[in-house]
Amino acid sequence: MTATEMSPFIGSAITEEQQEQQEQLAAAIGVADMPVSRKAITTQGQRISRGVRAALPPIAVFLVVLAAWYGVNAVLGARNFLVPRPDQVITEAIVGRTGQGLQILQSLLLTAEVAVIGLAIASVLGILWAVLMSQFRWFQRSTYPYAVILQCIPILALVPLIGVWFGYELNARIIVCVMIALFPMVANTLFGLQSVEKSQRELFQLQRASRFTVLTKLQFPAALPSIFVGLRTSAGLAVVGAIVGDFFFQRGTPGIGSLMQTYTRLLSYPQLFAAIIGASLLGVLMFFIFGLIGKVAVGKWYDPAN
Amino acid sequence: MAITAPSPMTTTAVDDEKPLVDFRNVAMKFPNGTVALSGVDITVDRGEFVTVVGPSGCGKSTLLRIASGLEQASEGTATVTTDRIGYVFQDATLLAWRDVQRNVELLAELNRRPKAERREKAKAAIDLVGLTGFEKNLPKQLSGGMKMRASLARSLTLDPELFLFDEPFGALDEITRERLNDELIQLFVREGFAGMFITHSVSEAVYLSTRVVVMSGRPGKIVRAFDIPFPMPRDPDIRFTAEFAELVGDVSHALREGHQG
Repeated sequence: MTATEMSPFIGSAITEEQQEQQEQLAAAIGVADMPVSRKAITTQGQRISRGVRAALPPIAVFLVVLAAWYGVNAVLGARNFLVPRPDQVITEAIVGRTGQGLQILQSLLLTAEVAVIGLAIASVLGILWAVLMSQFRWFQRSTYPYAVILQCIPILALVPLIGVWFGYELNARIIVCVMIALFPMVANTLFGLQSVEKSQRELFQLQRASRFTVLTKLQFPAALPSIFVGLRTSAGLAVVGAIVGDFFFQRGTPGIGSLMQTYTRLLSYPQLFAAIIGASLLGVLMFFIFGLIGKVAVGKWYDPAN
Repeated sequence: MAITAPSPMTTTAVDDEKPLVDFRNVAMKFPNGTVALSGVDITVDRGEFVTVVGPSGCGKSTLLRIASGLEQASEGTATVTTDRIGYVFQDATLLAWRDVQRNVELLAELNRRPKAERREKAKAAIDLVGLTGFEKNLPKQLSGGMKMRASLARSLTLDPELFLFDEPFGALDEITRERLNDELIQLFVREGFAGMFITHSVSEAVYLSTRVVVMSGRPGKIVRAFDIPFPMPRDPDIRFTAEFAELVGDVSHALREGHQG
């Protein structure tokens, strides 16, 4: 049978299989909770309806939470300023007073900037550290325990010290961010680099491939799915780190964390809620973006079954 | 042991006298004390396809690992007179992020061959194993049999004089396995490499080989060797002849005796 005769059959087999595997991958890298955007790209009507069906339950939960929110506000009576209604959050904090929504947005952008810089530094450091550990046994033995310890130290306890050493501005915030986001990068990259099968390693060994070739042509590509899992986890943590940094280091332009403290002091609860929602969205957005980057980068070939 | 009759496949180069693989009194003790092989003599000449059968853990794979240079024998001498060695693993060991074409190019790439040569070699090898048209497919889009074909093609780019197979078809279904056996014989006849093949399946061993070597359980020793007289390429229908059945029976008996002893 010639290839052209075969390919239509193979083609259709692939799309179905790929679809399934993409779903597995999505589940593995945790974007399965974003089914709408994932499915909306596909063209077949059947899939869109599947996407809509997948989106319905979360939407239902959202509506229930919204209703509960209004309920709590109503029950609180005179103290209902503690839980401002969603519409109050929108009218008073975002569109109501001039400049307020803009201020929240600006702080969010600053926090996002810190988180992205922190994540970038943590990724580079983490991948480098893991690569060195994978290449030199002694380096792994002597330094990996400290990566674990770094993960166990309550970073909050170190934060005052970081302020003393590095000042109370952007640098200190980035350092907190890096410390919080580093471990998942190190651990996941190392896991990926070491997950290469023995026979694949021997395939390279038989051609007398150098250690560097094994790293660049085998270990590193094989580690990419794990690296992206680490990146996605670290992206979420980087946002947490940036906000923690905001809380403690309040010099310079305020990030969303310091803005939250200001609103708390001023009893501006609608604004506080808007800031909290904004910060949450930022976390979700980072998580989602890096999940998506991972999917685009390795989803085509990555087969979680193997 | 293993007196090898001159094979009809032998080519006419000058140093053909020397066997490609010559193991003498080879033993393998692992650092943990396991004795995998003991006093093994085995030769593989040009034009031969030698299959080793034996119970699990008898050190069959260790023989290939020593022949390929992945391991050093702890006793005896293991001489291999070629460095053009193809090695096919139990699993296809394809790189998941490379399509078939780039997987097949890998070994030439590791040996720093020029790009044009790589591409040409890969194309020819892909053609030989019948994967033409699937060059752009990723491993996850291939069936088990197709993956194995890609793996074979990858080794073929080395123009191997000696081809080592470590239970390559063990994970495949019966029909695919038989088809790949026939294709392997075609390649053996056409490409003229010598083969050393490991399997659990006695009928696969008899069908593929010019000689079948039976090993005993741990520590692995050679119990008997059988010359297989059927002409190459094999006619698939020999599987149903009395002569074939008798040989399979003899090999199975030797295998069982070795297992008890």
